[in-house]
Amino acid sequence: MNELSPIQTGQAPGCLERPVLRERGQREVFCGLTGIIWLHRKIQDAFFLIVGSRTCAHLMQSAAGVMIFAEPRFGTAIMEEKDLAGLADANEELDKVVARLLERRPDIKLLFLVGSCPSEVIKLDLARAAQRLSGTYAPDVRILNYSGSGIETTFTEGEDACLASLVPDLPEADTPTDDLLIVGALADVVEDQFTRLFHALGINNVSFLPARNAASMPAVGPGTRFLLAQPFLTETSRALARRGAVHLPATFPLGAEGTNAWLKTASDSFGISCDHFHEVTAAPAARARLALDRYREQLAGKSLFFFPDSQLEIPLARFLHAELGMMPLEVGTPFLNKQLMAPELDMLPEKVLVSEGQDVDKQLDRCHAQRPDITVCGLGLANPLEVEGLTTKWSIELVFTPIQGYEQAGDLAELFARPLVRRTRLEV
Amino acid sequence: MQLTVWTYEGPPHVGAMRIATAMKGLHYVLHAPQGDTYADLLFTMIERRKERPPVTYTTFQARDLGKDTAELFQTAARDAYERFKPQAMIVGASCTAELIQDDPGGLSKAMDLPIPVVPLELPSYSKKENWGASETFYQLVRGIAGAYAPEPGTERAPRPEGQRPSANLLGPTALGFRHRDDVIEITRLLGRLGIDVNVVAPLDCQPAELAKLGDADFNVVMYPEIAQTAANWLKRAFKQPMTKTVPIGVGATKQFIREIAEITGVDGDALIEGEESRLPWYSRSIDSTYLTGKRVFVFGDATHALAAAKAAETEMGFKVVGLGTYSREFARDVRAAANDYGVEALITDDYLEVEQAIIDAAPELVLGTQMERHIAKRLGIGCAVISAPVHVQDYPARYSPQMGFEGANVLFDTWVHPLVMGLEEHLLGMFRDDFEFSDEAGPSHHGHAAANRPAAPAQEAEQITVPELVHEPAIAAADGACAWTVDAEQELKKIPFFVRGKARRNTESYAAQNGLAEITLETLYDAKAHFGR
Repeated sequence: MNELSPIQTGQAPGCLERPVLRERGQREVFCGLTGIIWLHRKIQDAFFLIVGSRTCAHLMQSAAGVMIFAEPRFGTAIMEEKDLAGLADANEELDKVVARLLERRPDIKLLFLVGSCPSEVIKLDLARAAQRLSGTYAPDVRILNYSGSGIETTFTEGEDACLASLVPDLPEADTPTDDLLIVGALADVVEDQFTRLFHALGINNVSFLPARNAASMPAVGPGTRFLLAQPFLTETSRALARRGAVHLPATFPLGAEGTNAWLKTASDSFGISCDHFHEVTAAPAARARLALDRYREQLAGKSLFFFPDSQLEIPLARFLHAELGMMPLEVGTPFLNKQLMAPELDMLPEKVLVSEGQDVDKQLDRCHAQRPDITVCGLGLANPLEVEGLTTKWSIELVFTPIQGYEQAGDLAELFARPLVRRTRLEV
Repeated sequence: MQLTVWTYEGPPHVGAMRIATAMKGLHYVLHAPQGDTYADLLFTMIERRKERPPVTYTTFQARDLGKDTAELFQTAARDAYERFKPQAMIVGASCTAELIQDDPGGLSKAMDLPIPVVPLELPSYSKKENWGASETFYQLVRGIAGAYAPEPGTERAPRPEGQRPSANLLGPTALGFRHRDDVIEITRLLGRLGIDVNVVAPLDCQPAELAKLGDADFNVVMYPEIAQTAANWLKRAFKQPMTKTVPIGVGATKQFIREIAEITGVDGDALIEGEESRLPWYSRSIDSTYLTGKRVFVFGDATHALAAAKAAETEMGFKVVGLGTYSREFARDVRAAANDYGVEALITDDYLEVEQAIIDAAPELVLGTQMERHIAKRLGIGCAVISAPVHVQDYPARYSPQMGFEGANVLFDTWVHPLVMGLEEHLLGMFRDDFEFSDEAGPSHHGHAAANRPAAPAQEAEQITVPELVHEPAIAAADGACAWTVDAEQELKKIPFFVRGKARRNTESYAAQNGLAEITLETLYDAKAHFGR
């Protein structure tokens, strides 16, 4: 199982004390396995082997929305009745599956054994399995494990668990180091944009976790500074801290101002002058603001309601409020890390209800009562809400689309404007 | 342990969801962890249903496991009853809950809810979606209609004089392949025979209506995968006869009418003799001669695969070169049919095996599921979808049944559409060197954008750019036994791409049989003469 000791919610300076509604009931969210859908494309020589049930396999093809029918670099070892009879047999079966897989896919250099609800419940020890299999396949193939089970992880927490499993294995950085590490899977195009900006600022040793292939995973060590590109990386942050890396707390790079503040945090930490920072970022920031202007008229004053999904909800609400004048009513998040979210929460209006966890029927009652202009929710809820006349935005699209950075600020705003525009266009 | 990338069927509790979601006034309390709610989107997104499936998930977490997950189940069941006030409830476990053995059936019994509660035992580690749907439907039918069954041994009273015969339509579910339209088509067909529909179940059926199932004179088993078990029980309990033919295709529809005439005594001759479908004339029309002997590979659930193979051979004039199903429960029927077509049945739920079988059979058309559509797209072969598992495209806005006479019209249109048309096929053969006839250009009626993937909808273009797709089909790879001369290799390229694989293999096996070390131009044409088309 993943290490899930609660994170210290030490009061960051300036952190606003706001009440949080904690719900415990039916959750309309994906489990952590779903992160594999983007991770298997991000790390190009990795394979994700889920050890689970037919449900896991069915989830993976359903969550992909349509079937991505390229032979993907993920698969499910479906446990059958005989595997449940004895763990010895299950391990033996797993070894066979891995042998077949690696024989068929000699291009695979990194194999993740991914735990699921059933494998966790029967206590199939995938850490030991990974160790055992490493004995056979190292150094050609590295074999790691993490759990993406629904009993432990919600949606993007699967990526957190995956990246956290990589950290102990990362090469040791030379000390003293002046490396900057960007943590969290980003679209390749966004990575390239950020790399150019950091280089222009004078921060030359920038690397990304996860890297695009197993051999180029970044080094880390005492003094490595890291910025989170994604808000759901609680465990990965802790794992990096254990390696001596230092977190640079910042708002997340969503929107013109969000990106500005994120870059500025790194820039200040590396002692870069304000003038130089301005010189480098003025043009792209101005472009981003111009792109946002186009949507402000459509979005300003519109009310917003977030069902919990990816932990991106709070940064998104901050961006939509601060940069486009939207009015969040409720911001639901599957898990609230108050420390990582402190800079974001500080920028949300005081009367916004922040909720953590879910009791979906009760939350639907609140949503119906408030009738927001836009409801951000998962695919199971969106169409039924549209039928009731509510405008929705599928939250999963916010995870599968490049939305970070200056050049994507306008695209991000457009994702929220489009459902509203569509409603005004249709005359049927 | 079975390594799986794509699955034809979900777990059995998804089958139960298909029954619950099809019905009105039924609620399903599913003991399941967070994440299993993904299944809701199958119904709200793929089928575009307007309501959430009537399913409450208990959503237990790791930290609950040492404590009382049973109590969590009871709280969820009680809350669901209070909130949704269903007429009846089904309760069960998903794969993970099955392992923690909380016994939802026993727990709900102890709660003494004032409605019928039907417990489900759906073994997740040995059974699959269709079995789960069938079992759920059977348990509901038995649980609710059972109370109205006559004493065992009682003979069924004859239908009163002057009363119209009536039928139950059994099997249509949520997330079914064209079930919505098939129900309309069969209801119309029965109406024209003077037969009333008593109950349609489970689609749009209330639990209370199941109590009336015994009133009908007979049962129409629309989809044996879902309804056969329940119909067998109804036959035992109520002495109700049932139909055996699934009315997909003109011939099957006529056979279906004959069966019903025999069961009820109505006169079906006028309907059988009338030219109710356009398929027979369109198929006889001379422009359809190009369909003759088109090699077709058929794969799907057993019901649709069997019906499609029959219609393909006898109503379209195709040649069935492969037949298979993922419905293991019906393997025997499919084997028997395959035998009639002179092919070996493929019984598997491994899509890689299906892909290999398609490559080996070198068909010109694939009739399959969404899986085969993707395989065919990759191989550059035309494909029409005939069976679940479904995709959002399998819920067309227009009326589009598979069953009955209108269903036969739909089959004709959808199966012919992906094929290269008659004269175009000849032109392709005559002028291979025309730059627009290159292998990268698909059939002209699909537009030039559809290069090399004739049946590919444009909206999926972004998905087929991923690198793994760019692998050459194995049909292009010679096994190295005989070397091809440059001339012969060039000539082979002049053969249209959709039959080239077959030509290559025939030529190579001919060369091997005759002990030739080299394949020349002459060998190519000798082999052509030897094998014929």
